[in-house]
Amino acid sequence: MYEISGLTKVYDGKRKGEKVHALQGVDVVIPDNDMLAIQGPTGHGKSTLLQLLGGLDRPSGGSLKFDGQELAKMGEMQLTKLRAQNFGYIFQGFNLIPTLTAQENVETALVPLGIPATERRERAVRALTEVGLGERLGHLQTELSGGQQQRVAIARALVKEPKVILADEPTGNLDEETRDDIFALLERLWAERGLTVIMVTHDSALSKRVPRLAQIKHGKLTIKRERVDG
Amino acid sequence: MFFTYLGRELRRRARQALVIALGLALGIGLAITVSSASDGVKAAQTDVLKSLYGVGTDITVTQPATRGSGGAQSFGFSGQAQTTTGTKTTTASQDTARVAMGSGTLATTTLTKVKALSGVSDAVGSLSLTDFNVSGKLTQSFTQAPSTTGSTGSTGRSDRSGSGYGGGSGGGFRAGGPSGNFSFNQTTMQGVDVSDMTIGPMSSVTLASGRELSAADSSAAVAVVNSSYATQQNIKVGATETLGGTKFTVVGIVTTSSDEDYFLPLAEAQKISSETGKVTTVYVKAASSTQISAVASEIGKTASGATVSTSAQLADSVSGSLSSTASLLTNLGRWLVIGVLAAAFLIAALLTMSAVGRRTREFGTLKAIGWTSRRVVRQVLGESIVTGLIGGVLGIGLGFAGALVIDKVAPQLTAAASTSSASTTTGGFGGGGGASRFRKPANDITVHLTAPVHLNILLIAVALAVLGGLIAGALGGWRASSLRPADALSKVA
Repeated sequence: MYEISGLTKVYDGKRKGEKVHALQGVDVVIPDNDMLAIQGPTGHGKSTLLQLLGGLDRPSGGSLKFDGQELAKMGEMQLTKLRAQNFGYIFQGFNLIPTLTAQENVETALVPLGIPATERRERAVRALTEVGLGERLGHLQTELSGGQQQRVAIARALVKEPKVILADEPTGNLDEETRDDIFALLERLWAERGLTVIMVTHDSALSKRVPRLAQIKHGKLTIKRERVDG
Repeated sequence: MFFTYLGRELRRRARQALVIALGLALGIGLAITVSSASDGVKAAQTDVLKSLYGVGTDITVTQPATRGSGGAQSFGFSGQAQTTTGTKTTTASQDTARVAMGSGTLATTTLTKVKALSGVSDAVGSLSLTDFNVSGKLTQSFTQAPSTTGSTGSTGRSDRSGSGYGGGSGGGFRAGGPSGNFSFNQTTMQGVDVSDMTIGPMSSVTLASGRELSAADSSAAVAVVNSSYATQQNIKVGATETLGGTKFTVVGIVTTSSDEDYFLPLAEAQKISSETGKVTTVYVKAASSTQISAVASEIGKTASGATVSTSAQLADSVSGSLSSTASLLTNLGRWLVIGVLAAAFLIAALLTMSAVGRRTREFGTLKAIGWTSRRVVRQVLGESIVTGLIGGVLGIGLGFAGALVIDKVAPQLTAAASTSSASTTTGGFGGGGGASRFRKPANDITVHLTAPVHLNILLIAVALAVLGGLIAGALGGWRASSLRPADALSKVA
């Protein structure tokens, strides 16, 4: 799936001439059907790595291959297509479109794939039913609880049947009980669908439950716990 | 999805969308009102020019009045030698037709030469006359005055004092102060070429009753009357009117904004005014509009000393409040519209860009899940164009309302052609009691401003609405397209 070596990312700092080295030579391999949690202090490069893995930004150096393709060498259109087809995103703040219903929000993920409206609706309904929101199809963001909103976001990420789910603090805005529900849902979908799940989290309870754990400090990644199959 | 998303977004930002739409509506409404008023002014100018110079006239040729001609009209009444004492009453009347004051005459040979010029499609002549009709009674008492030397009664004048009437009376009679009761009528008339009425003054008239003049009337004592004058004087078809001392039969009533009271065959007009072979105006139609200047130049050489005016110059010659209104609409109106539209476009663009700024996370998320920049821009553009169209619809409503107000108020505008001298008349005549029927100065035409809203104005309004939406949407879209999808994550990281 992902083969990453010597990955760096440098941003311009706020002061003139200042450089911020967000990633300083990350080396990691993320195989298919992996579930990897990345921990680390704020500002040490977790989200930057997630953005690079999701093709939302380009690395400053090193190699980042997805299914053998070098992401840094892809054109903008190619990257957009890759995102539309292969990556599902789950955000801490849910990032739902406030004017659209739960079903329409899920459909937005299918729009760039050119899927006809009828099929879009059917797939969105299926995805929402799968995450337990079959009765909330026509509800707006404001009519849903935090957990329900995150379920909509998960349905939006899953509906296009991506290879990878990238989650940035997926339980960060949820209470403990809801957090457990959401994580249980992710675990079930990961197991049933053979997805690769990469999540950034501060939550140590969550970190303990993932098969593989990595930590980023000062832009460098270390694997803290490897997956034990069986 | 596109329309659902668009509709919901507009509803969510209804207040802002309304502000943008109202701004555009104000500009578009103003543009429609000013444009329709401008069209109304143009129509009024065309009407004025038609009434002054006829339909299809490209060039007019006139002769300026020579100094000393067309002076004050004078009248003379003959008296008789007084032989007895007592009161004497003299009845007098005079009806003369003269070339309209301020006009000179051209020989019809000039007309013939003009007709023969290359580039001239048609040319006709007309003779503008003013008819003066004075009638009344002069009463004077006489007493015996043995010591004076008699003399014949002298000529009466249209002099208000009248006390010097006569130097005395034959056989020693002394005359008392005269008193009179006179009626003074002044009418205008135009002799027209009845063999060709496709251009010139008759080309713009509409028959109200009776019949128009025809080629068969070339030497007949017939006339058609301006309907406004006919109404004022209660003249009907079949009536007999005395013009220049000749009786004319009224064969038709015509509606025209021309100030002429009567139209009669050119030959008859020349006869009653003793201006045989003369015209006051030559109306010329050029073979093509591109030749007008060249033809005018040629005519200038042919008719030396004459005033040659092209249709453009004729339009410029129209003065009065109509001209002022046209100027106001052209200058102030145009800049006002441009200013309001520019402000509306700017407000729309700024508000749209600000709205895009507030939707950074939304657009970033959409880009993150695979929406192309083009699709995001299209969404922003769509919202802006629909807002613009709402503004356009409101603007059309406002524009129609503005035009309707102008139509209802129908401001009265006057127009005067400075190329023709207006003949003014002063009232009152000796002794008092004169019943005069004076009219407003010749060539001073009153029109009512209308504001017709044509389809092309509506199309321009829609185009402006779309343009406003496009400008705002393009700027907003540009901002949206420049957003990095990573912003969606960084906002919450």
